[in-house]
Amino acid sequence: MIGWIDTVLQGVMLGGLYALFAMGLALMFGVMRLVNIAHGDFIVLAAFLAIGVALGVQITPALIVLVVLPVMLAVGYGLQRGVLNRTLGKDILPPLLVTFGLSIVIQNVLLEAFSADSRSLSAGGIETQSLRIAGDLAVGWLPLLTLVAALALASGLEWLFGRTRLGRAFRATSDDPEAAALQGIDHRHVYALATAIAFGVVTVAGLFLAMRTTVAPSDGPAYLLYAFEAVIIGGLGSFWGTLVGGLVLGVAQGIGFRFDPGWGILVGHLVFLAVLLVRPQGLFPRTRD
Amino acid sequence: MSALLATHGLAAFYGDFQALFGIDFAIHAGEAVGIIGANGAGKSTFLKTVTGLLPAAPERIVFDGRPIGGLPAAAIVRRGIAMVPEGRRLFPSLSVEENLLIGGYAKRAGPWTPARVYELFPALRELRALPGNALSGGQQQMVAIGRALLANPRLLICDEISLGLSPLVVQGLYQTLPAMMREGLTVIIVEQDVGLAQRTTSRLYCFQEGRVSLQGASSELTRTAISAAYFGSTAA
Repeated sequence: MIGWIDTVLQGVMLGGLYALFAMGLALMFGVMRLVNIAHGDFIVLAAFLAIGVALGVQITPALIVLVVLPVMLAVGYGLQRGVLNRTLGKDILPPLLVTFGLSIVIQNVLLEAFSADSRSLSAGGIETQSLRIAGDLAVGWLPLLTLVAALALASGLEWLFGRTRLGRAFRATSDDPEAAALQGIDHRHVYALATAIAFGVVTVAGLFLAMRTTVAPSDGPAYLLYAFEAVIIGGLGSFWGTLVGGLVLGVAQGIGFRFDPGWGILVGHLVFLAVLLVRPQGLFPRTRD
Repeated sequence: MSALLATHGLAAFYGDFQALFGIDFAIHAGEAVGIIGANGAGKSTFLKTVTGLLPAAPERIVFDGRPIGGLPAAAIVRRGIAMVPEGRRLFPSLSVEENLLIGGYAKRAGPWTPARVYELFPALRELRALPGNALSGGQQQMVAIGRALLANPRLLICDEISLGLSPLVVQGLYQTLPAMMREGLTVIIVEQDVGLAQRTTSRLYCFQEGRVSLQGASSELTRTAISAAYFGSTAA
């Protein structure tokens, strides 16, 4: 019994990481119906930027964030303003093609710069420490922090979208870009801000990923898949839904791993397919359109 | 006295298709001017061009003495032109109150606040928490007008406010017009209902096939003249 509780608990912790993967993707899709195929690669890019900074100077992960975050925010804004805005229109194919191309470019640039070796980021010792809950039950500090970060980001994004002027502009532009323009909302700028914020989330995801495990330049597409599955499972109603989607995926994989170390990923995919079959709108769908 | 908004030989295209052929239009501060015309006469195209949703050569549209043709729609709102779009186009993801607040996105200073809009349309006050599309057509139109007012524009453009609404509701909406104009608003009213346009404006333009077919003081234009300008010379 304690084994099963542990499995679910560790699955929830893993789900926190998947939720971090998924929220940036959900944000960009929610605001501008843009599926960023390079999403996973940007997570890996953020991870490698952090690893690169750590190779150069000896500073703690908390300080690395202060270096990597502004860079990624600027990359996000510039990418949307300079490239992705030009791909948006009635045709849904151009953004898919362009971000698919970006995915390949990022993988190869990282391969060139960092070689194919797997690397990771030192978390200053907390990656090996754990919090004992009861008896044999314990959670690692790092997974726990990841989950806390996911909770904090989900509530932060909900507040941003629900309570602020920028959030209203995001929702209005998502509803009807032309009517939003008639309110004085410049959709090019608003879209670029949305992508910048998504890249902020991507940075957090990349850092926690690199502290938790090793990353290699070609890992991105797998993370895109997890993010995509979490978004679909959660539905597009809210960031809480996305968080739950990540947790469901994490728990499903955890249970799969318990049966057989080869089954974890597969069980995650099967749960995703089951949700798609039974409840294609996701667990928490949009209700207002 | 120079016009608040003037267009000179304004042309507009949808791809290769030309929709406007040299529109000369002028409205002075404090005026209410009507634009009438059949479906496809170019009224909506004219409004889209003025509000920046369709491209135009800069000097063809002059607002407050400065060329604005071809500016992005968002920039034109900041200059002080707000539109109540045809079909209202409220944002379904936003509550009534949020729909009003988003009208003030451009942060122009002026007399209009959400509280003032609730005074103008008291019915909206208790509906403020509902999603925009949960309201009746007339109430939605109130929100759309309030949203445009909160931009604190100098020029308000109302596109087909009466469309799909009962005469009583339309009458109620138009009764708020004097209150808006007392706050210094200049208003362009686009209407299918010719009688309504004549009663609520001081001057009228009639569009036909992308050209101005008739213009004059609303009270002096005869039914026959309007009918000829509306449907074309063959029908007169």
